[in-house]
Amino acid sequence: MVEFIGALADHAFLRTALLAGLLASIGCGVIGPYVVVKRIAFLAGGIAHSVLGGMGAALYYGIDPLLGALVAAMISALIIGTVRLAWSAQEDTLIGAIWAIGMAVGILFIAKTPGYGTDLMSYLFGNILLVPGRDLWLMGGLDLVLVLTVALFYRQFLAVSFDEEFARLRGVPVAFFYLLLLCLVAVTVVLLIQVVGLILVIALLTLPAAVAGHYVHSLGAMMGIATLLGAALTSAGLALSFGPDLPAGPTVILLAGAVYVLSALARGFWGRWRARHWAQGARA
Amino acid sequence: MIPPIIAVEDLSFSFGEVPVLTDVSLEIAAGEFVGLVGPNAGGKSTLLKLILGILEPQGGRVRVLGLPPREARQRLGYVPQHPSFPRDFPISVEQVVLMGRLGIGPRFGWYRAADREAARRALTEVEALDLARRRIGTLSGGQLQRVLLARALVSDPEILILDEPTANIDQRMEGDIFDLLATFKARISILVVSHDIAFISGYVHRVACLNRTLICHTTDAVDGDLIRRLYHEEVRSVAHRH
Repeated sequence: MVEFIGALADHAFLRTALLAGLLASIGCGVIGPYVVVKRIAFLAGGIAHSVLGGMGAALYYGIDPLLGALVAAMISALIIGTVRLAWSAQEDTLIGAIWAIGMAVGILFIAKTPGYGTDLMSYLFGNILLVPGRDLWLMGGLDLVLVLTVALFYRQFLAVSFDEEFARLRGVPVAFFYLLLLCLVAVTVVLLIQVVGLILVIALLTLPAAVAGHYVHSLGAMMGIATLLGAALTSAGLALSFGPDLPAGPTVILLAGAVYVLSALARGFWGRWRARHWAQGARA
Repeated sequence: MIPPIIAVEDLSFSFGEVPVLTDVSLEIAAGEFVGLVGPNAGGKSTLLKLILGILEPQGGRVRVLGLPPREARQRLGYVPQHPSFPRDFPISVEQVVLMGRLGIGPRFGWYRAADREAARRALTEVEALDLARRRIGTLSGGQLQRVLLARALVSDPEILILDEPTANIDQRMEGDIFDLLATFKARISILVVSHDIAFISGYVHRVACLNRTLICHTTDAVDGDLIRRLYHEEVRSVAHRH
């Protein structure tokens, strides 16, 4: 850990990586709670994997892969959302199809991209040490969009997440806000891909929010805690992986998984202890 | 003559090939407390959804406060039969009630002081103010029903529509909820769905009986003959008060 802090002072790429992790945790903290309470983790997973199609195409045509990822994520989100609103049946089949088709398109483009072999592994599992400095600006901009949109329409997003039928009766344009929420999920996925890659995104999107949900009982508080937890997890994961030269993405995810499991266990034991305590109190 | 607040004319609706409502006509005047009764699958909830504009009629016409239902629905208060949200959702009772204020005031940003004041008033009215800080998932069935009633009342609706508000709670609390509704009827028109004709006839001005079509429409006493016509079968006679 001391070694990491020393290296942080010496190497600009480490500072960039740390900053990228912090920027990503804003996205995971603000949007993660919606994914958890609205139970759309599978949907978010579909969006995340289909993004490879956009990245592959961007590489092939020589555009910034991050831009390709953003476009592909938006398209997937809108397709899945529209189909769910219009037919509602077969949603999971469709998500599975988009998931696989996106990846297949991406692999084909990458295979046909001329020149040096692209590092597919870093798209799939992330490589936070290779985030270019200019991408930090794009990540910061995306964070700003997420935070502003959620701040402006917090009530509407809460209502649409909680009770769609009642929101509709109160005049909230439910379809619009549902699709907007999915677009925000898409933006967040693109942010997090920078840190942990598209396969591991789903863990970083759900685990900090789920842990927060163990302890607080409002969406706003979940956002705050999930953001702090995401920042701690990405920074700690980066620091832990630095010494033994491990890939940072999987280290962050294992750390997040461990925190989630411990938190869930602790909560289970606490609940049982309290129930026994009350029962004894009632007997006495 | 004062126009009716709810006017349903020759309404028909079917799910696929299954007719649910056929030629239903019903008028409700301002200030009325009407009970809508009938057997399960008799179309009661469907009729409510047409009045609320959640479903579109396939034949006939619905007018609420003289308007198409979609344009009038923000002036209604609605209490659903089953809460359509997950019980473990991280939200307090106060936040749930505040949702009834959506569509009032500016579109952006957070609730205002006036909204919070209205939520306190509505919770006081249903005698649930002490629950305001509780998480929604920790409430009992009767408490939840009061909170959902507060969510419907918080927008000062002109009409209150309730779909089996007492389906999931015990008899004593059923009486409490209806006693509460009876205190609103001076200022709000109420349409309440129930399967328990004997119970609600003690509270409402008028009962409308629905089994695919409107079978009765009466202020008369509910007798065995009417119940037989409604349910097509002999029903055990139930004592009830008037």
